[in-house]
Amino acid sequence: MRRLIPLVTDAPLYLVVSITAAPLLVILFSWWTPVDDIFIHLFKTGLSEVMINTMWLLLGVGIGTTVLGVSLAWFTTTFDFPGRSFFDWALVLPLAIPTYVLAFVSLSLFDRTGPIQQFLWEQGSGVILPPIRSTGGIIWVMTLALYPYVYLFARNGFQTQGVRANEVARSLGKHPMVTLFKITLPMSRPMIISGLMLVLMETLSDFGAVSIFNYDTFTTTIYKAWFSLFSLNAAAKFSSFLVLLVFCLVFLEEAARRRRRYTPADKPPAPVVRTALTGIPRIGVAIYCIIILLFAFIIPVVELFNKASMGFDSFRGGRSAFDLRYLGLLNRSILLATMAALLTTGLGLLLVYSERISAQLAADAPLKTSLLVRFATLGYALPGTILAVGGIMLVTFIDHRLTNGLGITGSLMTGTISAMMLGYLSRFIVLSYNSINVAMVRITPHISEAARSLGATPLRIMRKIQIPLVRGGIFSGALLVFVDVMKEMPITLMTRPFGWDTLAVQIFQFTSEGSWEQAALPSLTLVFLGLIPVILLTRPTRFRH
Amino acid sequence: MALIQLANVTKRYPHANMAAVTDVSFSVERGKVLALLGPSGSGKTTLLRLIAGFESPDSGTVLLGGLNMNVPGKVVPTENRKVGMVFQDGGLFPHLTVHQNIAFGLHSLGKLERDKKVSEMLHLVSLSRFGTTYPHELSGGQQQRVALARALAPNPIVLLLDEPFSSLDPDMRTRMREEVHTILRGVGITAILVTHDHEEAFAMADQVAVLNSGRLEQLDTPEMVYHLPQTPFVADFVGSADFIKGEIKSDGAIHTEIGCFQNQQNRDQGADIVVMVRPDDVHLVPDLDGSATIISKQFRGSENLYEISLASGQIVHSSENSLAVYTVGTKVRIELTATHTVVFREDTLTNVLA
Repeated sequence: MRRLIPLVTDAPLYLVVSITAAPLLVILFSWWTPVDDIFIHLFKTGLSEVMINTMWLLLGVGIGTTVLGVSLAWFTTTFDFPGRSFFDWALVLPLAIPTYVLAFVSLSLFDRTGPIQQFLWEQGSGVILPPIRSTGGIIWVMTLALYPYVYLFARNGFQTQGVRANEVARSLGKHPMVTLFKITLPMSRPMIISGLMLVLMETLSDFGAVSIFNYDTFTTTIYKAWFSLFSLNAAAKFSSFLVLLVFCLVFLEEAARRRRRYTPADKPPAPVVRTALTGIPRIGVAIYCIIILLFAFIIPVVELFNKASMGFDSFRGGRSAFDLRYLGLLNRSILLATMAALLTTGLGLLLVYSERISAQLAADAPLKTSLLVRFATLGYALPGTILAVGGIMLVTFIDHRLTNGLGITGSLMTGTISAMMLGYLSRFIVLSYNSINVAMVRITPHISEAARSLGATPLRIMRKIQIPLVRGGIFSGALLVFVDVMKEMPITLMTRPFGWDTLAVQIFQFTSEGSWEQAALPSLTLVFLGLIPVILLTRPTRFRH
Repeated sequence: MALIQLANVTKRYPHANMAAVTDVSFSVERGKVLALLGPSGSGKTTLLRLIAGFESPDSGTVLLGGLNMNVPGKVVPTENRKVGMVFQDGGLFPHLTVHQNIAFGLHSLGKLERDKKVSEMLHLVSLSRFGTTYPHELSGGQQQRVALARALAPNPIVLLLDEPFSSLDPDMRTRMREEVHTILRGVGITAILVTHDHEEAFAMADQVAVLNSGRLEQLDTPEMVYHLPQTPFVADFVGSADFIKGEIKSDGAIHTEIGCFQNQQNRDQGADIVVMVRPDDVHLVPDLDGSATIISKQFRGSENLYEISLASGQIVHSSENSLAVYTVGTKVRIELTATHTVVFREDTLTNVLA
């Protein structure tokens, strides 16, 4: 009996894990099947180039985002200059723009036929910009799109630990520059590394931006293996190389996370006293911030508005058709995102509750529980292309078994949105899990015990205390998933059944044809949606403990 | 009849090496305040949780109002025990206002009655203006007063306080202690207070139960616990104490380096014993021929605490009126003012001094 108890109580945990971790397992199990010619071809011709490309991208984007993120965070936390409090939050805004949108907007702006080069040429200035369609170009675009991760983590690090130590160092007569390299950076290093790891995972995962730039990486090769060379199996095997790389990053991230130190939460952080800059540095820093913000957010958004209105103009004749098409795509995107948000929230709740129950009942095996949860939420690190391949393979496999077993012809799940949902669940369950968990942590055991001592039944405690306290977490988790699914490209592109195009898929198709005007309106829609989590992220929390 | 009665209660948590509570029995009369005093890990909070019903004893019985709470198969759940609880961190509901927090336990009343009771309770804890405030906007002391009002509102049969002042600042703690003491006496409620601070226990309780490693060492009035501790552990835990080697001579008295004590507990001649003396029992007189020397002085406001080295090297402490000032190095002799003699066997002392 005693042995059975953990099995029963852990059942929901195993259920969630088996759903969310399945696509990954399928990828790894693909090695049980024989290697085909397409894989050998890809392995011989593509792997080395893809490896080199990926390494350059990781190196460039890693250095770029670190320099941008850390310097901007240092300026906005330690100094006072014109517009500081505006830049403090505005520098997070680029997170609202999907990387692939920034990629095609930058391409259309800076290409030889783009307005900027045209302007320079017309002026006869003789200035020739380096070609945007290059390794440097894609690094530049991804750096601008992803630096806010490093910025957010570094800012948090500087605010919580750097400032007090900073003041001590300054009181000991150290110049701010010396303080930065001797105190602030070393103390915030684990936080900065966490931000950097997120950036590198996003870089590895990216499919949209690199395919717009025709820059071959693992994700584009996986896509090509499946959609141009028609070997799902080769795609799966190729995916496992990327899984290996991702796991290295996850491991590094874990190591950095363990070294993160927090100041005690019961005392509010010391009020920050910023040094007012004077003279050239004062203007210089402000100009630096505005230039980054211009290229990463303002110019792209203005350009999108510009292109969108051109799109309207060129469609003036068949405007109603265009509107209908756009509205249809929007509808389908919203439908998919809503379904995914509901599913992940349900599974996220199940995960949070079963984790608590199994941690309570199996007090001797906390490691097992936390490992299972870790495994269930691992999908956040996996590129969408991998989850798409894994999801389709799994659904096809189950479908074969089912139809054979039931003795029917045709298919039950292939051609439905089941693989898509599986991919979304796997990739985004961490979002709802985290937001629900954070809300649950606020319900200390004493709160429930106090309610019981006041005569409340378990049902009343759930209705009056637990649900109201967790509701906010459930809602913001669902919202985050909703927005991310709206923006998601590779899973949707690769697993969608016929007729399930979304805004993101449409953007991919328009941009690969070079019809940038038509990609502008869907892109603008996604940028506005993307602003929601950015606002959630920077908004102060309502209840504090 | 006692309102609360624990008999031979033992509780062991799964996967723990040691029982949290071993064979503890005590009772509390209606309207009295009992303090459970002990260091962390002594089992005092476990006892409180057993009474509240968050835990069940492995053996022994818990009686509330004469009813056995743990009849096998019919354990009375916390929500039916009518106990009020105040936690160290208050345990206030963060999403409810002060008014709603206090009203939470009053759901069986009509709205009018409920509102009346809530404003009564707010008045009792002097927070009448804070009904619409959220907990996070209150200071720590105010939060604890809301927690007290919330616990008292449904008229519980017993109030359980789990280290209610330990998260407050020291000066706030003393003030809250007095306020809560006044409120408890005013309401006349039976209460059990868990604390590791003997001053808090002495100031608030009628009876003090001193716990050590899950066992009840002594249950007595604060005065008796202080002046007549039954074990060396209690002697040391409830105030500073020095233990001085003594010898029972044929005249029946206990002879020590600092003087003779009456053999009140009729110990056998020749046993290896020590006598406990508290700093307030030891009086020092400057004496050029004295064999003892002052080795340090600590000013404590109302008193000076002197550390004195006797001829044998034994250290004793003496608290003197803060107007009596002697310099370090002064030769002194010791005079004793103790009315009780507390004697322990020397071999029982080791775990205290270690």
